[in-house]
Amino acid sequence: MAETHTKGPRVGLFVTCLMNVFRPNVGFAAVKLLEQAGCAVEIPPDQTCCGQPGYNNGDYDAARALARKVITTFERYDYIVGPSGSCMATIRHDYPALFENDPDWLGRAQALADKSFELLSFLHDELGATDAAAGVSHTATVTYHDSCSGLRGLGIKGQPRALLAGVAGLKLNEMEDSEVCCGFGGTFCVKYPEISEKMVDDKVRNILASGADTLLGGDLGCLMNIAGRLSRINAPVKVYHTAEVLAGMADGPGIAAATKESN
Amino acid sequence: MEMRSAEFKERAVFAIHDASLQQALGKARGGFVGKRAQQAAELPEFEQLREEAKNLKNEILTNLDHYLERYEAAVTAAGGQVHWARDAAEAREIILGICKHVEAKSVTKGKSMVSEEIGLNEALIENGMEVVETDLGEYIIQLAHEPPSHIIAPAVHKTKDQVSDLFLAAHGGPRKTEVADLVNEARQVLRDKYFRADVGITGGNYLVAETGSSVIVTNEGNGDLTQTLARVHIVTAGIERVVPTLDDVSLFLRLLARSATGQETETYTTYSTGPRRTGDLDGPQEYHVVLVDNGRSRMLAGRFRDMLRCIRCGACMNHCPVYGSIGGHAYGWVYPGPMGSVLTPLIKGMDNTYDLPNACTLNGRCASVCPVKIPLPDLLRELRHLQHRQELSPPMQRRALSLWRFVATRPKLYHAGEWVATRLLKLLSSNGRIRNLMLASGWTDARDLPAPPGRTFLEQWQDQRGKP
Repeated sequence: MAETHTKGPRVGLFVTCLMNVFRPNVGFAAVKLLEQAGCAVEIPPDQTCCGQPGYNNGDYDAARALARKVITTFERYDYIVGPSGSCMATIRHDYPALFENDPDWLGRAQALADKSFELLSFLHDELGATDAAAGVSHTATVTYHDSCSGLRGLGIKGQPRALLAGVAGLKLNEMEDSEVCCGFGGTFCVKYPEISEKMVDDKVRNILASGADTLLGGDLGCLMNIAGRLSRINAPVKVYHTAEVLAGMADGPGIAAATKESN
Repeated sequence: MEMRSAEFKERAVFAIHDASLQQALGKARGGFVGKRAQQAAELPEFEQLREEAKNLKNEILTNLDHYLERYEAAVTAAGGQVHWARDAAEAREIILGICKHVEAKSVTKGKSMVSEEIGLNEALIENGMEVVETDLGEYIIQLAHEPPSHIIAPAVHKTKDQVSDLFLAAHGGPRKTEVADLVNEARQVLRDKYFRADVGITGGNYLVAETGSSVIVTNEGNGDLTQTLARVHIVTAGIERVVPTLDDVSLFLRLLARSATGQETETYTTYSTGPRRTGDLDGPQEYHVVLVDNGRSRMLAGRFRDMLRCIRCGACMNHCPVYGSIGGHAYGWVYPGPMGSVLTPLIKGMDNTYDLPNACTLNGRCASVCPVKIPLPDLLRELRHLQHRQELSPPMQRRALSLWRFVATRPKLYHAGEWVATRLLKLLSSNGRIRNLMLASGWTDARDLPAPPGRTFLEQWQDQRGKP
């Protein structure tokens, strides 16, 4: 494991709401991967949410209020990086759009947007840390769900797969329709639960048909949705955030997995 | 057609449990998506064409008045007549007026979504005319007394068995079960209608300003027979359908079939310019074009102008996982799927259309295949913004957003909330999962919720690394 280079870029880690509450392990995995790649990771304690729930529900004022907090908190770093394509696409694409008529904030929003990155694509594309998983072993047949915001908003597709190729013992079986939405959609899944259930069932069918024993992805919203459904129907597929596997920290129970051996 | 978008949720749930609908949707989804992907991959300049088409449409929209006037002049010069309809009622009146004037008893129709939009069939039938849809899909749903569920495949929700039953009831036995036999039977029935028709009504995929031509594309040739065999041909089209030149038509033709059905080109692309001229062997005696505004100039002036680029290919709904789950009828009006969820509130009003922009995960697959690059998710979000500002969203949601904003802009309060949630959820969990959570039953009715490990990441980080 590489030692921390204090000369490396200063990275402010964006702690996503779901990660903070439901899956802290993803945060520690992100820190480990970033430090291994030579970054000085800092985690400002006064951060909250990127504002996406407000933005996507049409409350642009609320989204702007949150965006101003994030900009103020993170603009002092060289980069802002988070383990979620969804939150980071909000910062990268939606912040400049939110302030397009506000010259005081537009420049600051754009400057932060330009240095905001999703974790896996940051490691691969920006840092060139293509060997991020060197020395890591994880024996599993995995399949990969391409989360929509990361895929279409940030062009994340090859990077996680390239990084995972460095994990010893890991075999990737692509599923059918890996690029089709899992039905999470933020508040969509509770506003339209029946449609969401139909969509996650389609996703689960493709996961099971792939023959994989493990599902990986880069967004906790999607992963909790799919894992929650897999758990409900007692399907024996483990679910991890890709960062957990890359960091060699996927030895505990998967997302929504039983914590005890038998129920 | 009466709008039933207010019943979206009920209709969506009904659709999810309709086994034959699900069977039909499953088949259609696989076909359209795979074929489009193959066509896009086989044409190296496909992405470049999308960009060109977007730019050309934007230029047309910027100068729409100019092109429309040129188009009208060209139609008039070719011996046709252009009528301007401000809204659906005016469009119906104009078409009814023409039909009455020529004492029409029988009207054939090529596929036209604008005629659905203005509720034309009902108006003609009420006035004693026989109306026959000649597109096979439209014909099927006309027999079933149903609205279209897709803009290019109106009967996509029907299985072959259901079509067999409909044909048996309408045409008499014996019951046909093979697709070829069913198509042949419809062809025989329709052939007679074409020859007896007084008026043939078609849509217009493109209206060419330089020549005054209207262009339709079909796979069945029904549009050709509709417009050449009737005494009078009426074209109905939205005002955004005008394109400057014949060359421009070819750009859109290269994108349309590939995006819509995954064909290189449609079987029939037909140009009509005015009525029959001296020496012509066939063609109508009169040629009318009814240009329909119905909310379009309002879109042109506002922040939804991008929507007017739409060429009605249906790729957005073919690729929409929500449409793929519930089909077109749940949307409750003429235009379903992503494009319909933008158009319906803009044409029919924001009341009673609340669910349409909201029943979307903003996954962006529609925009990624749109041949004219309409940012559909952004437009849907913009409609949510309008709903929020006009207080059309549920009061409970607005209160929740206010509370969320209050808390999330105060880090200490927010983290205290997370502190409580983390412990409470852990308490409610059993063996790492929560199976039933009253306040989040929308989630737990179908899924387990993972239990938090008990302490938030930020708490654990503070302990490990101290103050940053």
